[in-house]
Amino acid sequence: MKSIYMDHSATTPVDPEVFNAMIPYYTDAYGNASSVHFQGRKAARAVEESREKVAALIGARPSEIIFTCGGTEADNQAIITYMINNRSKGNHIITSAIEHHAVLHTCEFLAKHGFELTILPVNSYGEVEPDSLRSALRPNTALVSIMHANNEIGTIEPIQELAGIAHEAGAVFHTDAVQAVGKIPVNVDELGVDLLSASGHKLYGPKGVGCLYVKKGIRIGSFMHGGGHERNLRPGTVNVPGVVGFGKAAELARQRLSTEGAHLANLAKRLTDGILEAIPNTRLTGHPERRLPGSVNVCFDYVEGESILLMLDSYGIMASSGSACTSGALDPSHVLLAIGLSHETAHGSLRLTMGKDNTMEEVDYVLQVLPPIIKNLRVMSPLGQ
Amino acid sequence: MYSQKVMDHFLHPRNVGQVEHANGVGEVGNPTCGDIMHIEIEVKNEIIQDIRFRTFGCAAAIATSSMVTEMVKGKTLEEAEKITNRTVAEALDGLPPVKMHCSNLAADALHAAIRSYHEGLKDSSEQ
Ligand SMILES: Cc1ncc(COP(=O)(O)O)c(C=O)c1O
Repeated sequence: MKSIYMDHSATTPVDPEVFNAMIPYYTDAYGNASSVHFQGRKAARAVEESREKVAALIGARPSEIIFTCGGTEADNQAIITYMINNRSKGNHIITSAIEHHAVLHTCEFLAKHGFELTILPVNSYGEVEPDSLRSALRPNTALVSIMHANNEIGTIEPIQELAGIAHEAGAVFHTDAVQAVGKIPVNVDELGVDLLSASGHKLYGPKGVGCLYVKKGIRIGSFMHGGGHERNLRPGTVNVPGVVGFGKAAELARQRLSTEGAHLANLAKRLTDGILEAIPNTRLTGHPERRLPGSVNVCFDYVEGESILLMLDSYGIMASSGSACTSGALDPSHVLLAIGLSHETAHGSLRLTMGKDNTMEEVDYVLQVLPPIIKNLRVMSPLGQ
Repeated sequence: MYSQKVMDHFLHPRNVGQVEHANGVGEVGNPTCGDIMHIEIEVKNEIIQDIRFRTFGCAAAIATSSMVTEMVKGKTLEEAEKITNRTVAEALDGLPPVKMHCSNLAADALHAAIRSYHEGLKDSSEQ
């Protein structure tokens, strides 16, 4: 059977070059990067080289990068430790309704512990409107956290503009760029952000490693308590092979960014056009242009997402959905509801996120298999008849 | 996550569609929660001669609908009334715990159809 992976927003396969770069740090250079001896120095050097590579990918200085165990930890650390270490600047946080739960639930956690929280709505494309941020800012707003690109619908937020507005009001700006880094050009200076989260496993690196960019002069704190690793900001023996893998992945992403982006955009255009042409009562969600290359999210009326996924899986096609059944919750994705879709429509969502190894032939295979699947499920559905 | 039987009924559902001479119709669920099961039956001499379903929902919703139609086709109403959501799930070798209540309503849809059959009889005898 075919095996067509189109779920790269969930995670990506580790690039063989990345894997090869990691192996020696399990076998030969296994030292603790904090040790003074030869093995330790070798590990420490590898960590610092990786820091340079990750910094280069986002236009930061190496000293502004803290390695974490992933995007979730970076989001938690940025938001929680910024807020509790800068109480004099205010206790109000602003975020958006379409954030990943790593941000949304973190902000809600702080709200439960006495901080004030505003959750901004988004327009039907999933964009935060600059004016809505303007009117939500208060004198005591300390932090604004808006994601760079959305993981479900692929919409790219106007970060540069939003960060400028936050700064005018004296607030610091964090962005969860987990989905953007490695897929589109990300430059912290151009964006004007103060804190930025990224994750290795979305750019062909290993799982369980990520980073937080902390602009020089921005005061955050340690999230856990322990040793003095990562400039006293992230205790715990550094995951050297993981960090090396993340560094290698960042290096490759930087080299491949433009060619890969064009390839993905071509695939996504063919797939989107093909689906919308062949299947009636279907809509594309997210912004039609300002979206991640390779990300296709559609909603089919009258059918349910988990059924679509399992039918596709029986043909070897791997995708995801924002329906309630796939989240294990009773409600469909908060992102799809936030862009104004009804529960019924959101239940019929399908997300196909392509990666560098997907081909036009694979897109054509999906276009061959998907229309009859939707047709069959609609025949089986009591809705829309 | 799903048993082989669930996948079999999901990928090859039995008795999909509508019954031409239906004299009982049942529908449960709602689109907001993501599951609607619609069952039509044709009853003759207290026996379910024909039964068909249409379902909007996940694999568990479709498989339980298919299974319930297979379990009661040709059976008496009395036998059909004994079937519960639990026995349907058991006949499918079980369902994942999260699916036990939200997507396991096929027996409810069947019972609604039988009720509608009885009400129909009552209505016509009153006329
Ligand atoms: C936008 C976004 N933020 C955060 C995360 C969490 O990252 P990680 O899996 O590295 O913890 C993800 C990935 O699932 C994501 O898509």
